[in-house]
Amino acid sequence: MATITAHGKPAGVSGPRPEPPARRQSRRRRQLQNNLTGYAFLIGAVVCFAVFSWYPMVRGIIMSFQRTRRGETTWVGWDNYERIINDPSFWTAWKNTFYFTALALILGYAVPFFVAILLNEFRHAKGYLRILVYLPVMLPPASALFLFKYYAYDPSDAGLFNAILNFFHLPTSDWMQSTTMTMPAMVIASTWMNMGAAVLIYLAALQNIPGELYEAAEIDGAGIWRRIWNVTIPQTKLILSLMAMLQIVATMQLFIEPLILANGAGTQDSATSVAYLIYQHGFFQNDLNGAAALGVIMLIVLAGFSFVYVRLTSRQD
Amino acid sequence: MAADSGTRTLISSAQMRRGRGKYIYWTLLTLVIVIFTLVFIGPLYWMVTGALKSGQEIAQTPPTLWPQDPRLSNYTDAWSQLDLAKLLFNTFYYAAGALIFQLVLDTTAAYALSKLRPAFGNVILGLMLATLMIPAMVLIIPQYVTVIDLPILHISLLDSPLALWLPAVANAFNIFLLKRFFDSIPEEIMSAAVMDGATPLRTLWSIILPMSRPILGVVSIFAVTAVWKDFLWPKLVMPSPETRTVSVGIYAFSGGTPMNVVVAAAVIAAIPTIIFFLIFQKSIMSGLTAGGLKG
Repeated sequence: MATITAHGKPAGVSGPRPEPPARRQSRRRRQLQNNLTGYAFLIGAVVCFAVFSWYPMVRGIIMSFQRTRRGETTWVGWDNYERIINDPSFWTAWKNTFYFTALALILGYAVPFFVAILLNEFRHAKGYLRILVYLPVMLPPASALFLFKYYAYDPSDAGLFNAILNFFHLPTSDWMQSTTMTMPAMVIASTWMNMGAAVLIYLAALQNIPGELYEAAEIDGAGIWRRIWNVTIPQTKLILSLMAMLQIVATMQLFIEPLILANGAGTQDSATSVAYLIYQHGFFQNDLNGAAALGVIMLIVLAGFSFVYVRLTSRQD
Repeated sequence: MAADSGTRTLISSAQMRRGRGKYIYWTLLTLVIVIFTLVFIGPLYWMVTGALKSGQEIAQTPPTLWPQDPRLSNYTDAWSQLDLAKLLFNTFYYAAGALIFQLVLDTTAAYALSKLRPAFGNVILGLMLATLMIPAMVLIIPQYVTVIDLPILHISLLDSPLALWLPAVANAFNIFLLKRFFDSIPEEIMSAAVMDGATPLRTLWSIILPMSRPILGVVSIFAVTAVWKDFLWPKLVMPSPETRTVSVGIYAFSGGTPMNVVVAAAVIAAIPTIIFFLIFQKSIMSGLTAGGLKG
């Protein structure tokens, strides 16, 4: 019947008897010493978090209500928000970002799941196929995007994609130079670069499904599609919804694809994303306060998504 | 490969081995191998061989599958014009530093949170994990403002490697992975060490760390690849030509450089990551699922 301290460790064999004051004092001193050692081990990481994560979070909100001109900072209320919302690119950037997120959900979300289901069935060449799928994830995004920009999305017939389309006698495209193909082209490049991670995470989830469930479903006469619908998807529901949320947050931050593939804004603003607008305001228009305001708006929108996600997933259970 | 052939998946192994099932299985497998090779290696092949072509040949329709007159001049031009040796060295240096900073500071922090458990440790952990919810783009402006004028010290870290190393330490995912692993190390081992009079540092160094090799490997790999792949943050805080990373350097040169030379530089920048991947692919793949993302 040892007493349990706040840390869940048995506190010696003193038992429930009232302790003599001297022993209580020495225990307190030991606890203090333990705390100090703990903080000494934590301090490096805590300082880094404080300076580069916690403080900037607060600072971003403060900055969005200030304006710095010639070294002088003043409070300006909602001015920065007004200015950023009245930027002619503001609504276009949101429209483009949502469009990219939606397209990426269709392509970048469903495709890796079905690829994982397919790979999970193979009894041969497993390692090879996994390495292939994951290979692009390891490339520096800038390298991969220059490949797409110069060789794949070349609007002349010398480009890789147009050459393939020509080979099958399909109409070719201007890719990044056409306003309608800009977004799909960015989604294709982004999915190629990133899907490997999702495939491997799904594969790990699929391997945890108990085989008896498939067995039972088959005995009940369920075909392949029914088994996917009634066994695979319910069994991976948690990871599927988590990945959807992670993907929405990641795709809403679309930045390097427009920057490299479309030189930033693209033809007639067709590639401008919210993240690119933050960058442009902060570092080209010398408007760090406006950029901070847009950052706060983005945070609110993403928090809204997370809220809807939590509501939806908690209702299902 | 046959390690988990015993587990039942969507389609039973028996069905795949019999008559029609066998036929379909092998056709599908061959098809998938061919398609995946084309989709995932094809573009890389195109990139490597394209950079071997001359300027005229790359603009030719239809494009040639293999360069008619392969030449290394694009690669050598890229190497000398972009000063790739310098850029690659910078990136190696930043990756190595980020790795050391993260290993030292994140392991000690996770050890404190898992084993020493000082008062308010859970609050600190909660605040760290909360940063996982904040998208990087939202913080980019205030982080930049902080780095160019550090609070209290009022110094600028612009063009200093610390601007990459210190923010890399504030990685809640690392701390979470490490803490979860340390939590799984039995308490008895700790108390035995304390009984023997070992200091907390000694316990960490000679008992906890040797037991944690797999998770340290995962954290190291993520630390190195993150630096190699990162683009916007190094572009902002390492603006001088002498301090750029390889991705930022290639981007900075892409405007006034022939496209074959840019792609050749992109190939050279990608080679270290591919070699790294082929060496560590087992740990990388198991590390991906180490975050407890199962089922």
